[in-house]
Amino acid sequence: MTQIVEKVLFSEKVAKFIVNAPRIARSRKPGHFVILRVDEKGERIPLTIADADREKGTITLVVQKMGVSSAKLFELNVGDKILDLVGPLGKATHIHNVGTVLACGGGVGVAPMLPIVQAFKQAGNRVISILAARNKDLIILEDEIRKWSDEVIVMTDDGSYGTKGLVTAGAEMVIQRETVNECIAIGPAVMMKFTSMLTKKYQIPTQSSLNAIMVDGTGMCGACRVTVGGQTMFTCIDGPEFDAHQIDFDELIMRLGGYSDEEKLASERYF
Amino acid sequence: MTTNKEYLLIEREKEWRVELRKKIANKERTTKTRTQMPELDPFVRIRYQDREVNTGLTEKQAVAEASRCLDCPNPTCIDGCPVSINIPKFIKYIEQGSFLEAAKTLKETSALPAVCGRVCPQEKQCEATCFYTMKLKKDPVAIGHLERFAADYERESGSMSVPEVAAPNGIKVAAVGSGPASLSFAGDMIKLGYDVTVFEALHEIGGVLKYGIPEFRLPNKIVDVELANLEQMGVKFVRNFIVGKTASFDDLKEEGIEAFFVASGAGLPRFMNIPGENYNGIMSSNEYLTRVNLMNAASDDFDTPIIKGKNVAVIGGGNTAMDSVRTAKRLGAERAMIIYRRSRDEMPARVEEVHHAEEEGIEFLNLANPVEYFADPKGKVNRVRVQRMELGEPDASGRRRPVVIEGSEYDIPVDLVVVAVGVSPNPLIPSEVKDLKVTKWGTIVVNEETMQSSIPELFAGGDIVRGGATVILAMGDGRKAAASMHEYLQEKRK
Repeated sequence: MTQIVEKVLFSEKVAKFIVNAPRIARSRKPGHFVILRVDEKGERIPLTIADADREKGTITLVVQKMGVSSAKLFELNVGDKILDLVGPLGKATHIHNVGTVLACGGGVGVAPMLPIVQAFKQAGNRVISILAARNKDLIILEDEIRKWSDEVIVMTDDGSYGTKGLVTAGAEMVIQRETVNECIAIGPAVMMKFTSMLTKKYQIPTQSSLNAIMVDGTGMCGACRVTVGGQTMFTCIDGPEFDAHQIDFDELIMRLGGYSDEEKLASERYF
Repeated sequence: MTTNKEYLLIEREKEWRVELRKKIANKERTTKTRTQMPELDPFVRIRYQDREVNTGLTEKQAVAEASRCLDCPNPTCIDGCPVSINIPKFIKYIEQGSFLEAAKTLKETSALPAVCGRVCPQEKQCEATCFYTMKLKKDPVAIGHLERFAADYERESGSMSVPEVAAPNGIKVAAVGSGPASLSFAGDMIKLGYDVTVFEALHEIGGVLKYGIPEFRLPNKIVDVELANLEQMGVKFVRNFIVGKTASFDDLKEEGIEAFFVASGAGLPRFMNIPGENYNGIMSSNEYLTRVNLMNAASDDFDTPIIKGKNVAVIGGGNTAMDSVRTAKRLGAERAMIIYRRSRDEMPARVEEVHHAEEEGIEFLNLANPVEYFADPKGKVNRVRVQRMELGEPDASGRRRPVVIEGSEYDIPVDLVVVAVGVSPNPLIPSEVKDLKVTKWGTIVVNEETMQSSIPELFAGGDIVRGGATVILAMGDGRKAAASMHEYLQEKRK
């Protein structure tokens, strides 16, 4: 059983949970994720580790309320317990000193991006981060990202905070202004697709972290299949990060809707 | 080990066995016919995911079947058993009516008798080397059915015996994975006095016994009883722990674990890499069965979703394919079909499973191979294109090779496809251990006698070594590894 030691609401639908997981706090690296199951009837949910504190033995997870399973998790509070938590899973991000890194985070995608931004900064890179969301309420972890970035650009669809416009507008502005050696794009699949198209145009190597549907998270089931460079890969063990220019984003978007009918029925029963 | 010829002979010469042999003449024993396993009616059972197909022998049936066994002086049946169960001894106990003693005998060498009695391919093992099969050319003694009977009798009697365990020796060892290989290993090591911890990545102990084999063939509650038995003997189970990830082998060594048995399974499903295979509604048998068996996805109370197909195609001809297609039928498929590229004779599935599937109305599209999938505009599969095959010359496996019949393609409407064409070894462990020797297929290289890998304190067995085999072969590996790890650790202390 894993205890929740802190919960911070970012918005109506997004919250940060700090949970007790000493082993994972020690062994996790940027890019890793965990799988948790709230209770006996729960689904196994993959979540990227947003932060960890080795001394306190805790890890940070950011949860967005979407379907039944994430809603159940979202409703938990400090002191409540999560039945199962396993990790760290996936391959760690390849961190190296390349010069200037442009990190584009969309919505809750900023959470998995945080440890990567931190690691690239610590590796000696100049880091420019773009935080993008539909509106001001959905911009998360801004202070944490600022701490590890040389510059932060905020973009909102409705202009309620920062500059009005999509993440790609901000990214293109930076790319035209200065040399960008590597790009990270994490967020909704559509956001990653368009960011990737942009950086491909400028031939900037780009990594994206994918949030595929998973069951076990250890390579056993293949639910998280994704086509990268024409080959089928498993997000859980070959990823979750891949060369964005090689990812078949349209297939990814299609596969994310693989259980939409079943999910709709479940939501009708639950809500 | 307690399976040598001398020990068998001493056991056989015990008075009760001698008396029992005299009671019925061999000639009379051999005239009896093999008892058939009672089964649930196919029309009833296809409506329930969790009702066992085989219902088990009655006491009377079991005693009658046990009396067919000749209690041979040279019991060749034991040679066919990977865990070397003293088969005549347990069967003679059944003939005598000492059912609990029979169960105890099974547990001398098998950690999971109720499991093996259900899922072992006895027809290829002990029953294949039974005197009846080999010399009399008659139906073998139903060793598997009797094994199940004894184990079930004990469980239902409420007086489960816990095997004797040696005094703790304080030496810590670990098993990685909690499937049949590890459980068998753990059972033997705890008997020898070791401090045994079993690490499991999933939230449930049991590996393939839980996520893979369906309830109608192996109910989870039966696995749980065997697990409880191991726990009572002192085996520690740790769930949600991935050795190599949650903690490294080195971390665990620092925590005092001296040797490891890696049995992490063949957990990487293979696909065929044909066009359209990543459409929604196409999944591996591992995914399909895990959703249903481990996650209870077929029940509305549980949150994990499952696609309940009306026209379901399962690709493959092995036991996993049979499990998948029969599961689909039980979840309401109007048409549940096997698509297999060879003919029924080459099917790797157990004859019993194929037979049960036929009884349940499963369609067999043999000598057919999928070449492409098609989908609706949302990306949900709606059609599979198959190609007819014919059998050519035998290949390396000795089975006749399927050859494409050109121009024979046709389409079948489907809304769920389950791909059960085999598994590859899970790369998780090999990739986390430096200097571990693996084959080009990714299986761990071991000395076949000792199951020791290229790293002395690391032993391995089951599918991570074999690449995809049976529960009982995995269990045999677990026993072998336990014996040689014991020897290795004792040697180290000298």
